[in-house]
Amino acid sequence: MPTNDRSLDSSLPRRTGIWLAFACFAVLGAAQAYSISNSPAEGDMGHLQKIMYVHVPAAWMTFLAFFVVLVFSVLYLWRRREAYDLIAASAAEVGAVFNGLTLALGMIWGRPTWGVWWTWDARLTSTLVLFLIFIGYLALRGFVDDPGQRARWSAAVGIIGAINVPIVYMSVMWWRTLHQQPSSPSTLDPAYTLGLRLNAIALLLVMIYFIRRRYEIARLERAAEQAAQMAAMGGR
Amino acid sequence: MKRAWVLGGGAVILGVFAWLLFGGLEKNMVFFLTPRELLAKGTEGVGVPVRLGGQVKPGSVKWDAQALDLRFTVTDGGGEIPVRATGAPPQMFRDGMGVIVEGRVGTGGVFEASNLMVKHSNEYRAPKPGEEAHEKYKTLIQQSATP
Repeated sequence: MPTNDRSLDSSLPRRTGIWLAFACFAVLGAAQAYSISNSPAEGDMGHLQKIMYVHVPAAWMTFLAFFVVLVFSVLYLWRRREAYDLIAASAAEVGAVFNGLTLALGMIWGRPTWGVWWTWDARLTSTLVLFLIFIGYLALRGFVDDPGQRARWSAAVGIIGAINVPIVYMSVMWWRTLHQQPSSPSTLDPAYTLGLRLNAIALLLVMIYFIRRRYEIARLERAAEQAAQMAAMGGR
Repeated sequence: MKRAWVLGGGAVILGVFAWLLFGGLEKNMVFFLTPRELLAKGTEGVGVPVRLGGQVKPGSVKWDAQALDLRFTVTDGGGEIPVRATGAPPQMFRDGMGVIVEGRVGTGGVFEASNLMVKHSNEYRAPKPGEEAHEKYKTLIQQSATP
Protein backbone atom coordinates (compact mmCIF):
# COMPACT_ATOMS: atom_id res chain seq x y z
CA MET A 1 0.00 0.00 0.00
CA PRO A 2 1.44 3.40 -0.92
CA THR A 3 2.47 5.02 2.31
CA ASN A 4 2.43 8.59 0.98
CA ASP A 5 -1.38 8.57 0.90
CA ARG A 6 -2.17 8.01 4.53
CA SER A 7 -4.72 10.83 4.66
CA LEU A 8 -6.98 8.99 2.21
CA ASP A 9 -6.40 5.59 3.75
CA SER A 10 -9.39 5.39 6.02
CA SER A 11 -10.55 1.84 5.50
CA LEU A 12 -13.37 0.92 7.81
CA PRO A 13 -13.09 -1.99 10.19
CA ARG A 14 -14.75 -5.01 8.61
CA ARG A 15 -17.60 -5.17 11.11
CA THR A 16 -18.45 -1.47 10.77
CA GLY A 17 -18.54 -1.89 6.99
CA ILE A 18 -21.04 -4.72 7.19
CA TRP A 19 -23.27 -2.77 9.56
CA LEU A 20 -23.12 0.30 7.32
CA ALA A 21 -24.14 -1.80 4.33
CA PHE A 22 -27.00 -3.26 6.32
CA ALA A 23 -28.12 0.22 7.42
CA CYS A 24 -28.02 1.65 3.86
CA PHE A 25 -30.11 -1.17 2.45
CA ALA A 26 -32.51 -1.03 5.40
CA VAL A 27 -33.11 2.69 4.68
CA LEU A 28 -33.67 1.87 0.99
CA GLY A 29 -36.08 -0.94 1.89
CA ALA A 30 -37.98 1.33 4.27
CA ALA A 31 -38.18 4.13 1.67
CA GLN A 32 -39.51 1.68 -0.94
CA ALA A 33 -42.04 0.16 1.44
CA TYR A 34 -43.24 3.56 2.64
CA SER A 35 -43.59 5.12 -0.80
CA ILE A 36 -45.19 2.08 -2.41
CA SER A 37 -47.79 1.72 0.31
CA ASN A 38 -48.51 5.46 0.49
CA SER A 39 -48.91 6.39 -3.16
CA PRO A 40 -52.30 6.13 -4.82
CA ALA A 41 -52.72 4.58 -8.27
CA GLU A 42 -51.88 7.08 -11.00
CA GLY A 43 -54.63 8.40 -13.27
CA ASP A 44 -53.23 7.03 -16.54
CA MET A 45 -50.94 4.16 -15.64
CA GLY A 46 -52.24 2.93 -12.30
CA HIS A 47 -49.65 1.23 -10.13
CA LEU A 48 -47.03 1.22 -12.89
CA GLN A 49 -46.17 4.73 -11.65
CA LYS A 50 -44.26 3.08 -8.79
CA ILE A 51 -41.44 2.11 -11.15
CA MET A 52 -40.61 5.83 -10.87
CA TYR A 53 -39.23 5.17 -7.37
CA VAL A 54 -36.41 3.03 -8.74
CA HIS A 55 -35.91 4.26 -12.31
CA VAL A 56 -35.62 7.99 -11.55
CA PRO A 57 -33.33 7.73 -8.47
CA ALA A 58 -31.12 5.29 -10.42
CA ALA A 59 -30.84 7.90 -13.20
CA TRP A 60 -30.00 10.66 -10.72
CA MET A 61 -27.33 8.52 -9.05
CA THR A 62 -25.85 7.74 -12.47
CA PHE A 63 -25.45 11.48 -13.09
CA LEU A 64 -24.02 12.05 -9.64
CA ALA A 65 -21.54 9.16 -9.84
CA PHE A 66 -20.24 10.37 -13.21
CA PHE A 67 -19.93 13.88 -11.77
CA VAL A 68 -17.67 12.37 -9.09
CA VAL A 69 -15.68 10.75 -11.93
CA LEU A 70 -15.33 14.18 -13.57
CA VAL A 71 -14.15 15.90 -10.38
CA PHE A 72 -11.60 13.25 -9.44
CA SER A 73 -10.34 12.81 -13.01
CA VAL A 74 -9.62 16.54 -13.18
CA LEU A 75 -8.05 16.39 -9.71
CA TYR A 76 -5.86 13.49 -10.79
CA LEU A 77 -4.60 15.28 -13.89
CA TRP A 78 -3.87 18.32 -11.76
CA ARG A 79 -2.34 16.74 -8.65
CA ARG A 80 -1.33 13.25 -9.90
CA ARG A 81 -2.32 11.52 -6.69
CA GLU A 82 -3.05 7.86 -7.14
CA ALA A 83 -5.97 7.99 -4.72
CA TYR A 84 -7.86 10.40 -7.01
CA ASP A 85 -7.53 7.94 -9.90
CA LEU A 86 -8.83 5.10 -7.74
CA ILE A 87 -11.79 7.16 -6.48
CA ALA A 88 -12.68 8.13 -10.06
CA ALA A 89 -12.49 4.48 -11.13
CA SER A 90 -14.67 3.38 -8.21
CA ALA A 91 -17.29 6.02 -9.00
CA ALA A 92 -17.19 5.03 -12.68
CA GLU A 93 -17.88 1.41 -11.88
CA VAL A 94 -20.73 2.21 -9.49
CA GLY A 95 -22.10 4.78 -11.97
CA ALA A 96 -22.04 2.20 -14.76
CA VAL A 97 -24.07 -0.18 -12.59
CA PHE A 98 -26.67 2.54 -11.91
CA ASN A 99 -26.63 3.49 -15.59
CA GLY A 100 -27.38 -0.11 -16.54
CA LEU A 101 -30.13 -0.20 -13.93
CA THR A 102 -31.62 3.02 -15.32
CA LEU A 103 -31.76 1.48 -18.79
CA ALA A 104 -33.18 -1.86 -17.62
CA LEU A 105 -35.79 -0.32 -15.32
CA GLY A 106 -36.72 2.19 -18.02
CA MET A 107 -37.31 -0.66 -20.45
CA ILE A 108 -39.46 -2.48 -17.91
CA TRP A 109 -41.48 0.72 -17.46
CA GLY A 110 -41.63 1.50 -21.18
CA ARG A 111 -43.05 -1.83 -22.34
CA PRO A 112 -46.41 -1.59 -20.51
CA THR A 113 -46.78 2.21 -20.73
CA TRP A 114 -45.35 3.21 -24.13
CA GLY A 115 -45.88 -0.19 -25.70
CA VAL A 116 -42.22 -0.76 -26.63
CA TRP A 117 -39.16 -2.01 -24.76
CA TRP A 118 -36.85 0.27 -26.67
CA THR A 119 -36.81 2.95 -29.33
CA TRP A 120 -34.01 5.10 -30.72
CA ASP A 121 -35.11 8.48 -29.46
CA ALA A 122 -32.56 11.05 -28.23
CA ARG A 123 -32.97 10.33 -24.50
CA LEU A 124 -32.74 6.55 -24.75
CA THR A 125 -29.91 6.64 -27.29
CA SER A 126 -27.83 9.18 -25.33
CA THR A 127 -28.30 7.18 -22.11
CA LEU A 128 -27.08 4.05 -23.89
CA VAL A 129 -24.09 5.96 -25.30
CA LEU A 130 -23.24 7.14 -21.77
CA PHE A 131 -23.37 3.53 -20.58
CA LEU A 132 -21.13 2.32 -23.40
CA ILE A 133 -18.57 5.07 -22.76
CA PHE A 134 -18.19 4.00 -19.15
CA ILE A 135 -18.08 0.31 -20.07
CA GLY A 136 -15.25 1.40 -22.38
CA TYR A 137 -13.66 3.27 -19.48
CA LEU A 138 -13.67 0.13 -17.34
CA ALA A 139 -12.37 -2.00 -20.22
CA LEU A 140 -9.57 0.49 -20.84
CA ARG A 141 -8.46 0.19 -17.22
CA GLY A 142 -8.31 -3.55 -17.66
CA PHE A 143 -6.11 -3.32 -20.76
CA VAL A 144 -3.45 -0.83 -19.64
CA ASP A 145 -0.75 -2.27 -17.41
CA ASP A 146 1.25 0.82 -16.52
CA PRO A 147 -0.56 2.47 -13.57
CA GLY A 148 0.45 6.04 -14.54
CA GLN A 149 -0.65 5.61 -18.13
CA ARG A 150 -3.85 3.87 -17.04
CA ALA A 151 -4.65 6.74 -14.68
CA ARG A 152 -3.99 9.46 -17.31
CA TRP A 153 -5.91 7.74 -20.09
CA SER A 154 -8.87 6.83 -17.93
CA ALA A 155 -8.99 10.39 -16.53
CA ALA A 156 -9.30 11.66 -20.11
CA VAL A 157 -12.04 9.14 -20.96
CA GLY A 158 -13.78 9.86 -17.65
CA ILE A 159 -13.90 13.59 -18.38
CA ILE A 160 -15.16 13.06 -21.95
CA GLY A 161 -17.74 10.58 -20.66
CA ALA A 162 -18.98 12.91 -17.92
CA ILE A 163 -19.49 15.68 -20.51
CA ASN A 164 -22.29 13.46 -21.86
CA VAL A 165 -24.25 13.73 -18.63
CA PRO A 166 -25.70 17.20 -19.38
CA ILE A 167 -26.43 16.03 -22.94
CA VAL A 168 -28.45 13.10 -21.58
CA TYR A 169 -30.24 15.40 -19.16
CA MET A 170 -31.02 18.08 -21.75
CA SER A 171 -31.87 15.63 -24.57
CA VAL A 172 -35.58 15.78 -23.82
CA MET A 173 -35.52 19.58 -23.92
CA TRP A 174 -33.35 19.96 -27.02
CA TRP A 175 -34.96 17.30 -29.18
CA ARG A 176 -38.37 15.88 -29.78
CA THR A 177 -38.44 12.51 -28.06
CA LEU A 178 -40.73 9.73 -26.95
CA HIS A 179 -39.38 10.10 -23.41
CA GLN A 180 -41.19 12.88 -21.58
CA GLN A 181 -39.49 15.93 -20.08
CA PRO A 182 -38.48 15.88 -16.40
CA SER A 183 -41.32 16.04 -13.94
CA SER A 184 -41.24 18.63 -11.17
CA PRO A 185 -43.15 18.92 -7.90
CA SER A 186 -45.74 20.97 -9.82
CA THR A 187 -46.45 18.10 -12.23
CA LEU A 188 -46.40 15.37 -9.58
CA ASP A 189 -48.91 14.34 -7.00
CA PRO A 190 -47.40 15.34 -3.59
CA ALA A 191 -47.33 11.68 -2.55
CA TYR A 192 -45.18 10.84 -5.59
CA THR A 193 -42.81 13.76 -4.93
CA LEU A 194 -42.27 12.59 -1.35
CA GLY A 195 -41.73 8.98 -2.42
CA LEU A 196 -39.26 10.04 -5.07
CA ARG A 197 -37.27 12.19 -2.65
CA LEU A 198 -37.13 9.51 0.05
CA ASN A 199 -35.93 6.91 -2.41
CA ALA A 200 -33.38 9.29 -3.92
CA ILE A 201 -31.88 9.90 -0.48
CA ALA A 202 -31.87 6.18 0.28
CA LEU A 203 -30.20 5.32 -3.01
CA LEU A 204 -27.69 8.11 -2.43
CA LEU A 205 -26.63 6.40 0.81
CA VAL A 206 -26.30 3.10 -1.02
CA MET A 207 -24.23 4.75 -3.74
CA ILE A 208 -21.89 6.45 -1.27
CA TYR A 209 -21.42 3.12 0.48
CA PHE A 210 -20.70 1.34 -2.81
CA ILE A 211 -18.17 3.92 -4.01
CA ARG A 212 -16.40 3.92 -0.67
CA ARG A 213 -16.26 0.16 -0.50
CA ARG A 214 -15.10 -0.11 -4.11
CA TYR A 215 -12.38 2.42 -3.37
CA GLU A 216 -11.10 0.35 -0.45
CA ILE A 217 -10.98 -2.70 -2.72
CA ALA A 218 -9.23 -0.67 -5.43
CA ARG A 219 -6.50 0.25 -2.94
CA LEU A 220 -6.00 -3.39 -2.01
CA GLU A 221 -5.89 -4.36 -5.69
CA ARG A 222 -3.31 -1.67 -6.30
CA ALA A 223 -1.21 -2.89 -3.39
CA ALA A 224 -1.40 -6.45 -4.70
CA GLU A 225 -0.41 -5.22 -8.17
CA GLN A 226 2.63 -3.46 -6.74
CA ALA A 227 3.62 -6.50 -4.69
CA ALA A 228 3.37 -8.69 -7.79
CA GLN A 229 5.56 -6.29 -9.76
CA MET A 230 8.14 -6.25 -6.99
CA ALA A 231 8.14 -10.04 -6.81
CA ALA A 232 8.48 -10.31 -10.61
CA MET A 233 11.54 -8.07 -10.48
CA GLY A 234 12.99 -10.24 -7.75
CA GLY A 235 13.02 -7.40 -5.26
CA ARG A 236 11.53 -7.17 -1.83
CA MET B 1 3.63 18.84 -28.52
CA LYS B 2 1.69 17.00 -25.84
CA ARG B 3 0.15 20.27 -24.67
CA ALA B 4 -0.96 20.93 -28.24
CA TRP B 5 -2.72 17.58 -28.34
CA VAL B 6 -4.49 18.25 -25.08
CA LEU B 7 -5.58 21.72 -26.19
CA GLY B 8 -6.64 20.42 -29.61
CA GLY B 9 -8.64 17.57 -28.10
CA GLY B 10 -10.26 19.90 -25.60
CA ALA B 11 -11.21 22.33 -28.36
CA VAL B 12 -12.80 19.53 -30.42
CA ILE B 13 -14.83 18.32 -27.44
CA LEU B 14 -15.97 21.83 -26.57
CA GLY B 15 -16.84 22.42 -30.22
CA VAL B 16 -18.98 19.29 -30.44
CA PHE B 17 -20.66 20.19 -27.18
CA ALA B 18 -21.40 23.75 -28.37
CA TRP B 19 -22.75 22.36 -31.63
CA LEU B 20 -25.10 20.08 -29.72
CA LEU B 21 -26.02 22.89 -27.37
CA PHE B 22 -26.90 25.40 -30.04
CA GLY B 23 -29.02 23.04 -32.00
CA GLY B 24 -26.77 21.85 -34.81
CA LEU B 25 -28.55 18.53 -34.65
CA GLU B 26 -31.98 20.09 -34.37
CA LYS B 27 -33.06 19.15 -37.86
CA ASN B 28 -31.74 15.61 -37.75
CA MET B 29 -32.86 14.73 -34.27
CA VAL B 30 -36.60 14.97 -34.63
CA PHE B 31 -37.98 11.65 -33.49
CA PHE B 32 -41.38 12.20 -35.07
CA LEU B 33 -43.29 14.63 -37.28
CA THR B 34 -46.55 16.23 -36.24
CA PRO B 35 -49.58 15.87 -38.55
CA ARG B 36 -49.15 19.46 -39.72
CA GLU B 37 -45.50 18.85 -40.66
CA LEU B 38 -46.27 15.60 -42.44
CA LEU B 39 -49.17 17.14 -44.38
CA ALA B 40 -46.93 20.07 -45.35
CA LYS B 41 -44.65 17.60 -47.16
CA GLY B 42 -47.48 16.89 -49.61
CA THR B 43 -46.81 13.96 -51.93
CA GLU B 44 -43.22 13.73 -50.66
CA GLY B 45 -44.61 12.44 -47.38
CA VAL B 46 -46.63 9.66 -49.01
CA GLY B 47 -45.31 6.10 -49.03
CA VAL B 48 -42.10 6.81 -47.13
CA PRO B 49 -41.39 5.35 -43.69
CA VAL B 50 -41.97 8.02 -41.08
CA ARG B 51 -42.95 8.50 -37.45
CA LEU B 52 -46.05 10.54 -36.79
CA GLY B 53 -46.77 11.96 -33.36
CA GLY B 54 -49.60 13.88 -31.80
CA GLN B 55 -52.71 13.50 -29.76
CA VAL B 56 -55.40 10.87 -30.26
CA LYS B 57 -58.35 13.02 -31.28
CA PRO B 58 -61.05 12.55 -28.64
CA GLY B 59 -63.94 10.52 -30.00
CA SER B 60 -62.03 9.23 -33.00
CA VAL B 61 -61.06 5.79 -31.67
CA LYS B 62 -62.75 2.83 -33.38
CA TRP B 63 -61.58 -0.56 -32.22
CA ASP B 64 -62.71 -3.76 -33.88
CA ALA B 65 -61.75 -6.44 -31.37
CA GLN B 66 -62.54 -9.29 -33.76
CA ALA B 67 -60.29 -8.11 -36.57
CA LEU B 68 -57.83 -6.39 -34.18
CA ASP B 69 -58.37 -3.35 -36.36
CA LEU B 70 -57.77 0.01 -34.70
CA ARG B 71 -58.64 3.33 -36.29
CA PHE B 72 -58.18 6.77 -34.87
CA THR B 73 -57.13 10.27 -35.84
CA VAL B 74 -53.88 11.92 -34.80
CA THR B 75 -54.09 15.67 -34.32
CA ASP B 76 -51.75 18.47 -33.32
CA GLY B 77 -54.43 21.14 -33.28
CA GLY B 78 -53.43 22.36 -36.74
CA GLY B 79 -53.61 19.18 -38.79
CA GLU B 80 -55.23 15.77 -38.63
CA ILE B 81 -54.26 12.44 -40.13
CA PRO B 82 -56.40 9.29 -39.91
CA VAL B 83 -54.44 6.24 -38.73
CA ARG B 84 -55.09 2.54 -39.15
CA ALA B 85 -53.21 0.11 -36.92
CA THR B 86 -53.52 -3.61 -36.37
CA GLY B 87 -53.00 -5.52 -33.18
CA ALA B 88 -53.95 -4.69 -29.63
CA PRO B 89 -52.91 -1.16 -28.63
CA PRO B 90 -50.63 -0.50 -25.62
CA GLN B 91 -52.38 -0.44 -22.28
CA MET B 92 -52.42 3.32 -21.90
CA PHE B 93 -53.82 4.00 -25.36
CA ARG B 94 -57.02 6.01 -25.17
CA ASP B 95 -58.78 9.18 -26.30
CA GLY B 96 -56.74 12.31 -25.85
CA MET B 97 -53.48 10.47 -25.15
CA GLY B 98 -50.18 11.38 -26.79
CA VAL B 99 -49.23 8.83 -29.41
CA ILE B 100 -46.41 8.11 -31.87
CA VAL B 101 -47.00 5.76 -34.79
CA GLU B 102 -44.43 4.26 -37.13
CA GLY B 103 -45.44 3.47 -40.67
CA ARG B 104 -46.28 5.32 -43.86
CA VAL B 105 -49.06 7.31 -45.41
CA GLY B 106 -51.00 5.20 -47.88
CA THR B 107 -52.37 6.50 -51.17
CA GLY B 108 -55.77 7.09 -49.60
CA GLY B 109 -54.25 9.52 -47.12
CA VAL B 110 -54.62 7.04 -44.29
CA PHE B 111 -51.51 6.43 -42.20
CA GLU B 112 -50.81 2.69 -42.07
CA ALA B 113 -49.13 2.14 -38.70
CA SER B 114 -46.88 -0.85 -38.16
CA ASN B 115 -46.01 0.19 -34.60
CA LEU B 116 -47.87 2.24 -32.05
CA MET B 117 -46.28 3.93 -29.03
CA VAL B 118 -48.01 5.90 -26.30
CA LYS B 119 -46.30 9.15 -25.32
CA HIS B 120 -46.85 10.03 -21.71
CA SER B 121 -46.63 13.56 -20.34
CA ASN B 122 -44.50 14.48 -17.32
CA GLU B 123 -47.63 14.75 -15.18
CA TYR B 124 -48.42 12.05 -12.67
CA ARG B 125 -51.57 12.55 -10.66
CA ALA B 126 -53.80 10.40 -8.59
CA PRO B 127 -57.45 10.46 -9.67
CA LYS B 128 -59.56 13.02 -7.79
CA PRO B 129 -61.78 11.72 -4.99
CA GLY B 130 -64.66 9.81 -6.50
CA GLU B 131 -62.78 9.10 -9.74
CA GLU B 132 -61.25 5.81 -10.73
CA ALA B 133 -57.76 5.50 -12.15
CA HIS B 134 -58.14 5.48 -15.93
CA GLU B 135 -56.66 2.13 -16.80
CA LYS B 136 -58.72 2.26 -19.95
CA TYR B 137 -56.89 -0.78 -21.23
CA LYS B 138 -58.97 -2.85 -18.85
CA THR B 139 -62.19 -1.85 -20.58
CA LEU B 140 -60.48 -2.37 -23.96
CA ILE B 141 -59.50 -5.89 -22.97
CA GLN B 142 -62.94 -6.58 -21.55
CA GLN B 143 -64.54 -5.32 -24.74
CA SER B 144 -62.38 -7.60 -26.81
CA ALA B 145 -63.20 -10.55 -24.57
CA THR B 146 -66.95 -10.15 -24.90
CA PRO B 147 -68.22 -10.57 -28.48
